[in-house]
Amino acid sequence: MRQRLCLSLPTLSLIRLQHPDFLAGAFFVLVGLATLTGARHYPLGTAMRMGSGYFPLVLGGALVTLGLFISLRAWLQGVRTCKGRNALDIASPALFQRFFRSKLRQGVRRVLRPTVLISIGVLAFTVSLGSIGLVCATLLLVSISGAAHHEARWRELLPLGAGLALFGIGVFVWGLGLPLPVLPLR
Amino acid sequence: MELFSNLSLGLSTALSFTNLGYCFLGVLLGTLIGVLPGLGPVATIAMLLPVTYGLPPDAALIMLAGIYYGAQYGGSTTAILVNLPGESSSVVTCLDGYAMARQGRAGAALGIAALGSFFAGTVATLIIAAAAAPLAEFALKFGPAEYFSLMLLGLVAAVVLAQGDVFKAVAMVILGLVLGLVGVDVNSGLERFTFGLPELADGINFVVLSMGLFGIAEIIANLEHSGARDVFAHKIGKLWPNRQDMRQAWKPVLRGTALGSILGILPGGGAVLSSFSSYTLEKRLAGDPSRFGKGAIEGVAGPEAANNAGAQTSFIPLLVMGLPSNAVMALMVGAMMIHGIVPGPQVMEERPALFWGLIVSMWIGNLFLVLLNMPLIGLWARLLKVPYRLLYPIILLFCCVGVYSVNNSAFEVGLTLFFGVVGYLFIKLKCEPAPLLLGFVLGPMMEENLRRAMLLSRGDASVFFTRPISLCLLLFAIALILLLAWPKARETREAAFQES
Repeated sequence: MRQRLCLSLPTLSLIRLQHPDFLAGAFFVLVGLATLTGARHYPLGTAMRMGSGYFPLVLGGALVTLGLFISLRAWLQGVRTCKGRNALDIASPALFQRFFRSKLRQGVRRVLRPTVLISIGVLAFTVSLGSIGLVCATLLLVSISGAAHHEARWRELLPLGAGLALFGIGVFVWGLGLPLPVLPLR
Repeated sequence: MELFSNLSLGLSTALSFTNLGYCFLGVLLGTLIGVLPGLGPVATIAMLLPVTYGLPPDAALIMLAGIYYGAQYGGSTTAILVNLPGESSSVVTCLDGYAMARQGRAGAALGIAALGSFFAGTVATLIIAAAAAPLAEFALKFGPAEYFSLMLLGLVAAVVLAQGDVFKAVAMVILGLVLGLVGVDVNSGLERFTFGLPELADGINFVVLSMGLFGIAEIIANLEHSGARDVFAHKIGKLWPNRQDMRQAWKPVLRGTALGSILGILPGGGAVLSSFSSYTLEKRLAGDPSRFGKGAIEGVAGPEAANNAGAQTSFIPLLVMGLPSNAVMALMVGAMMIHGIVPGPQVMEERPALFWGLIVSMWIGNLFLVLLNMPLIGLWARLLKVPYRLLYPIILLFCCVGVYSVNNSAFEVGLTLFFGVVGYLFIKLKCEPAPLLLGFVLGPMMEENLRRAMLLSRGDASVFFTRPISLCLLLFAIALILLLAWPKARETREAAFQES
């Protein structure tokens, strides 16, 4: 009995920590603290002549307070839901570990792949646009970010990239007259 | 009679060949993005903002406005045909519209949606034209204290009327205000939160923030849901509603128009709230509420009229006071700024052709939409079959080129990506990004007016309560907050949003 209690306590807290509101609140607290830290050297001024630090101070303080409230509320709500079936199901450490690991693997596959591939694609586009031109940048963006979809196929992405590159030259460069380099050698 | 001379001035502006063309382009693009799920008006307008640099200001604004109300039309098409709301404002149209489509009455549903929207659009245009001049005159009496109170009211209303958790919405507004702080402080010349980066001295670019939060974040979130979209080839049936449909629908259209026109003016209102409330209202008024959800034409007619009316009257606070009431209007402020127009009551005086031209163009745009949508519905339905895996690289390219071309800055594309990832985080944490954008736009104006009001009153904060207009606005804000604490009102609010 005692062992069970010890095991389920961290489990309980982990479930509570996963509550989106708890994380959202923690995020707001962090940003609020960052605002307060960043604004600590800005002159406060008086009520009549407010300095640059007045508004940030008020906002940062409000953000921390609200964030704490949101987190606390989620934590208390978590207690209520965790007392139910959920917590008992995964009360044993082995089961819990398996549950946690499968969730993690699922998360990596489904969440991380789009985020990472989209990010790399956009960054590659940004870096290459100024140096090697719109055509190569478009191909890079489409082939890297396009692979983020779980059904991505090369025989679709390459024609799409080529088509978009042509479209980009036609519309962005010729049509709208944006000053973008087109090819590596000008 | 002044109204007519104004409207004829507007007509002559809106009917010029260029403006007519851009109006058509706007509503066409709007319908297109309304049809395509996963691409909303906010992202599209943000994407096209840089493109409007080269256009004359009236053409640019006419086109961007057309995108917004065009999207309302397009969204309902997909809602009816494939049970997929193309826009959040057409979520309720799915309920009865799709049920009608399954009974082989898709044509009647589409027809009544288009006609109802056109009627609502016409009425809303007249309302804007009639209300604009007196309201602008009233707004000219506003000092900094009034403006501050008005913006506070706007933010409060945006939170109270928005979907989802109130406290998180407040936190998002404040987060937006904080992001608005970045850059050189206009009063003291001090750089705030720029991390020493010269790119941030002018503040975070509005296009960057909105494109990240609404463009890239949406894409990442959509990629995570792997569910395949089913598109059923329905028989659309006769496009014109029959006489019985008309008899059942005309009252809901009238009520929807009235409701949408009022709710659209409120900050944070706009199209979404209007359509939800109209559906609730129609269901409550119906003799037999059980028909709803099974193909009641009232459930299509009312909300469709309401969302179009709301979409249009939400231009009133923007045009008259220079205050955006939702994320799309915040983008319109950005568009006006790009062309060197400071939104506010003076626009009507200084640029009457632009002001009235924009208003009249809304009516013309609505006419285009009816003419465009009736014959093109088959084409839109086919467009839905384009798989998302081919669609999102195109959207992504437009986002990147759009942001890059604002300042030819690679830094800003990177920053957009950063906000995209943050926005994805918000989606995961169930935080609505729209209040953040509103706070971001209003933040600098609010701080400026607060400081000016306090300077004028010699540091006496009671100025906000002693000036009558300011007091009224604040009392109204307090009333809204109290409304939220009143359990019955909160229930209604939750019910209105959980209809689906």
